[in-house]
Amino acid sequence: MTKSTDNAVTVRNVYKNYGSTEALRDLSLDFPRGQLTSLLGPSGCGKTTLLKIIAGLLPATSGEVLVNGEVVKAPGPDRAFVFQDFALMPWASVIRNVAFGLELRGMAKSEREGIAEKYINEVGLSGFEHSYPHELSGGMRQRVGLARALSVDAQVLLMDEPFSAVDEQTRRKFQEDLLGLVKNENKTFIFVTHSIEEAVYVSDQIAILLPRPSRVMEIIRPSGFRHKDVDSIRREPEYLDIVDRIWASLRSYVE
Amino acid sequence: MTLFGYKLPNMSSLILWGILWEIVGQIELTFFLPPLSEIFATLIEIGGTTPFINALKETALAFSIGTFSAICIGVPVGILMGKNQLIDELLLPWVNLFLSAPLTALVPVLMVLFGFGLKSIVITTALFAIWIIVLNSRAGVRQINQSLVEMSKSFGASQLDALTKIYFWAALPEILSGVRIGFIRAVKGVIIGQLLISIVGFGSLFELYASNFLMSHFWAVLIVLFALSFIIAEFLAYLERRVDYYASRR
Ligand SMILES: Nc1ncnc2c1ncn2[C@@H]1O[C@H](COP(=O)(O)OP(=O)(O)OP(=O)(O)O)[C@@H](O)[C@H]1O
Ligand SMILES: [Mg+2]
Repeated sequence: MTKSTDNAVTVRNVYKNYGSTEALRDLSLDFPRGQLTSLLGPSGCGKTTLLKIIAGLLPATSGEVLVNGEVVKAPGPDRAFVFQDFALMPWASVIRNVAFGLELRGMAKSEREGIAEKYINEVGLSGFEHSYPHELSGGMRQRVGLARALSVDAQVLLMDEPFSAVDEQTRRKFQEDLLGLVKNENKTFIFVTHSIEEAVYVSDQIAILLPRPSRVMEIIRPSGFRHKDVDSIRREPEYLDIVDRIWASLRSYVE
Repeated sequence: MTLFGYKLPNMSSLILWGILWEIVGQIELTFFLPPLSEIFATLIEIGGTTPFINALKETALAFSIGTFSAICIGVPVGILMGKNQLIDELLLPWVNLFLSAPLTALVPVLMVLFGFGLKSIVITTALFAIWIIVLNSRAGVRQINQSLVEMSKSFGASQLDALTKIYFWAALPEILSGVRIGFIRAVKGVIIGQLLISIVGFGSLFELYASNFLMSHFWAVLIVLFALSFIIAEFLAYLERRVDYYASRR
């Protein structure tokens, strides 16, 4: 946490209480620019809470969040959210869903649909522009959610268990695609997951959170295999070591 | 329904009831029930006359203004109630009260307040329709998927954006079913209003026919009203089914 030369997001001494429930206690964490940081921890430890505070959707009880050095008070165009349950508008076509962020910014229809088209293509959904969410599979729906977040061109992408509602094969494909995105998009990713393997596979930095009231217990930076081929990562000794290490430190909290 | 292996169209049993009516009418069981054929003959006869057309126009006018205002006021109020705790607590008791109140009893008061004309009937119609529209819009908003709301916030939606681009559409299936029930109630409202005031629209016709024992005239008008309200209700039910696909996917 010390050598924070260039952090896109900084969380400083954040506390969050829900009534008498203390969800976060004195949580501090840096998110290096252009990298993917995972938030990993047992269920109910406050990962979603932290992500929503960073997004500006929830106020912190005390402490502050800085995005590019500015204190977060509300949602802003520098951050985009990918939702666990996709949060697509069922009454709108794929292209309108993807362009929705731009629509809210008041961009002209032809312009925003041009941009949406590009990202629909990028997530591999071309041909489905005029389909409706109920006509798509879960995996395809999350691609729409991802395209929507990408199309507003925010510097920080906040992803709350984005792959938890899709099947295992789709999930693996998503993980590989995510690595490609981190490499090519030059954005900062904050990624919440339950899965140790997933966290180790995709992350530049993994923050392990303690159960409620939550703080950062440990930060792990897998480095050795980050530039390896996506297919071989799961066979890397370092990958396996880190998975074991995280499990060893988390297992005491899982009864 | 199928008969001798043929699939009959919906409501073909009506034909059977029509025949029964005709028979009862022909044997002159009661003056109250003239044969159906006579009623239709009367209908064709009076259908083109000025009093009938005027009555239809007056009713349609009162009905459209009444339901239009009920929707324009009811839907936004219902959405705001669903969104805002304070507004909800202020208004909900009144809405519930008026929803179950015997509104017919209010019509004479309205007549005193607003005169014996179109205005009173419009207000009666709106009063019959609005409460269920409010309540359904409110219910539609309350079951909204919270992550849709958060989604719109996270992409920078203003309050107005959220209202018109998210809340309204998310609640649309409930709003439409509220509007359908509201319309059915509005038909009651407009007719009850006219009957009580009895110098406007169908009210004056009913008054005229009933006091002169013109039973087939009476029935002819009644059948027109029944048919019209049925068509309106069916049309709205059709609209409702069209948005059902996303109501079930929330
Ligand atoms: N609106 C709320 N009101 C009261 N308590 C809440 C609220 N939201 C969350 N909590 C509590 O705060 C704690 C953290 O919740 P949060 O959803 O952030 O956990 P999480 O790490 O995302 O869990 P999961 O992995 O199951 O998604 C939980 O114990 C939860 O019960
Ligand atoms: Mg969560």
